[in-house]
Amino acid sequence: MNIHEYQAKQLFLHYAIPAPDGKQAASPEGAEQVAKELGGESWVVKAQVHAGGRGKVGGVKLAKSPAEVAGFSRDMLGKRLVTKQTGAEGLPINSVLIEKTYPIKRELYLSVLVDRGSQRIIFIASAAGGMDIETVAHETPEQIITVPVHPAAGLQGYQCRKVAYALGLKGAQIKALGKIMQGLYDLFLAKDASQIEINPLIETDSGELMALDAKINFDDNAVEAHPDIRAMKDPAQEDEKENKAQQFGLNYITLEGNIGCMVNGAGLAMATMDLVKLKGGQPANFLDVGGGTSVEKVCEAFKLILSDHSVKAVLVNIFGGIVQCDIIAAGILAAVEQVHVAVPVVVRLEGTNAEQGRALLSNTGLNLYAADDLAHAAEQVVALAKEAA
Amino acid sequence: MSILIDKDTKVICQGFTGKQGTFHSQQALDYGTKLVGGVTPERGGETHLGLPVFNTVQDAVNDTGATASVIYVPPFYAADAILEAVDAGIQLIVCITEGIPILQMLRVKAAMAGTGALLIGPNCPGVITPGACKIGIMPGHIHRPGSIGIVSRSGTLTYESVHQTTAQGLGQSTCVGIGGDPIHGMNFVDVLSRFQADDQTKGIVMVGEIGGGEEEEAAEYIKAHVTKPVVAYIAGQTAPPGKRMGHAGAIVTGGKGTAEGKVAALKAAGIEVVSSPTDIGVAMKRCL
Repeated sequence: MNIHEYQAKQLFLHYAIPAPDGKQAASPEGAEQVAKELGGESWVVKAQVHAGGRGKVGGVKLAKSPAEVAGFSRDMLGKRLVTKQTGAEGLPINSVLIEKTYPIKRELYLSVLVDRGSQRIIFIASAAGGMDIETVAHETPEQIITVPVHPAAGLQGYQCRKVAYALGLKGAQIKALGKIMQGLYDLFLAKDASQIEINPLIETDSGELMALDAKINFDDNAVEAHPDIRAMKDPAQEDEKENKAQQFGLNYITLEGNIGCMVNGAGLAMATMDLVKLKGGQPANFLDVGGGTSVEKVCEAFKLILSDHSVKAVLVNIFGGIVQCDIIAAGILAAVEQVHVAVPVVVRLEGTNAEQGRALLSNTGLNLYAADDLAHAAEQVVALAKEAA
Repeated sequence: MSILIDKDTKVICQGFTGKQGTFHSQQALDYGTKLVGGVTPERGGETHLGLPVFNTVQDAVNDTGATASVIYVPPFYAADAILEAVDAGIQLIVCITEGIPILQMLRVKAAMAGTGALLIGPNCPGVITPGACKIGIMPGHIHRPGSIGIVSRSGTLTYESVHQTTAQGLGQSTCVGIGGDPIHGMNFVDVLSRFQADDQTKGIVMVGEIGGGEEEEAAEYIKAHVTKPVVAYIAGQTAPPGKRMGHAGAIVTGGKGTAEGKVAALKAAGIEVVSSPTDIGVAMKRCL
């Protein structure tokens, strides 16, 4: 789960991680008011969307007067911001963050995440802040410092000092960085984060360290245990169909193609998408109906696929283990009763109760193609989608 | 011989009296697994499915001599269940539970270091030696005793591989689903080394997916240590970066963990990588 920058900075405040003075606003008037309250001579107006790369596309502006703050906010609010991380549709800007500005001496990078290779929480730091860290890691790996934390020992002082010296910090800054790292570590554990990134962490002209940007991702498996974090969820920043799928306990991801896929199991769902592509088609979605599925869930899943108007044909691929094929068939039939199905549907049912499932589907008015072989099913659905396109 | 489990393996179930535990325990009994009891706190002394229920794993081990345990408890109780099994001296722990917070698994793995206990999963279908012992949620009837070892991060793709190797008349020695979570127990290398040492296993199917670097490690290991033919398939070639594809561990981040990278590493190690998931069985037969 993702949250907005302003929410991340509010959490930082609780963990004594310094960030610029600022406040979010949802209207140009509100933004102007915030600027007046903050005082000073210039302000940054930052579009609040769940994506990086905002600065390059007009999502971050420097204003020289409260009136200009209002103007920039008016330009942003209600619009959609398209960055290299959002896809072509972009994300809606429903609020802006107004912050005081600070003279920047240097931009650093600091993040903390779970490293699956070492099975540790690790800190990653670099003196090359403000840039895409993956590019830095690729081009100048010697500029990246990595510190793994043992879960029993926790973060130690020497580890913070090691990072501080590697970043070229001096004097009081050494302790300041230690406090920031400890705050990040405490926040990470307390709220079940999966990644916290400060890029850039700035050193001001007066030597202060401050989180100019803040990005936090939380572990989806743990969010249930944190009502305060769950309350920060912003559905407007997420795909409508993906949100709907979540309500029904389905794993759904929107893709750009025209062949709808309904599969049981994440691995088989990915493999089915790959197979569609291999046979010359383009999958419209990833959809895993899961293990303990019901007629209702399958029905909702099928309706979800059909609600995507770019879908020209549907491939149902079920390997019934615990999932029973006749339940899948009943779910499809239930969906057909509720919505009109105009597109051809290729169904491959294998495993538990496959015969019963096929029998159920054979006596319908559906434009249905039964396939017993997965490779053949994929070829068939690709051909049907091409015909319809 | 098979790996990890055989017809004499004594198994208990944690979360025995729950809905999942009850359903899959009955399936295991029907398959012939030596399930000897189960654990549900405060239900000790009762009988369930004709087997004794214990309050603690230690009681179950003392009474039955079980060496393996399968866990069907909800996600927020699973870390506790795994560590209880470790504490009671269980050697093989199979955790089916999906949705365990990653920080809990991180602590569990650190606490397990040096204990010698083996963990399969979490978020996995389990392990089966066809005709002898089934621990987990896989449909037993698709398996046949045979010569192919299968190791996979995905449940349904394990079934697909089983189905195809059965159709080719090869059958399976043991099938291990190592699970779809980013932090988990046994990895590809742990299972591959056992298949290499196992006489019954003549060929190996390895099914990977996007995310992490375990397939790349497996490629290195196979090149150096595995003499048996290996057929590999990697799922997720069309997965968009930054999106979790159902499994918590199936995600491409920062250009790392891509299907292309994994396929290239496996091919560089001389491994037969099929581009279609429907070619696994045919390719395995050809490679033997």
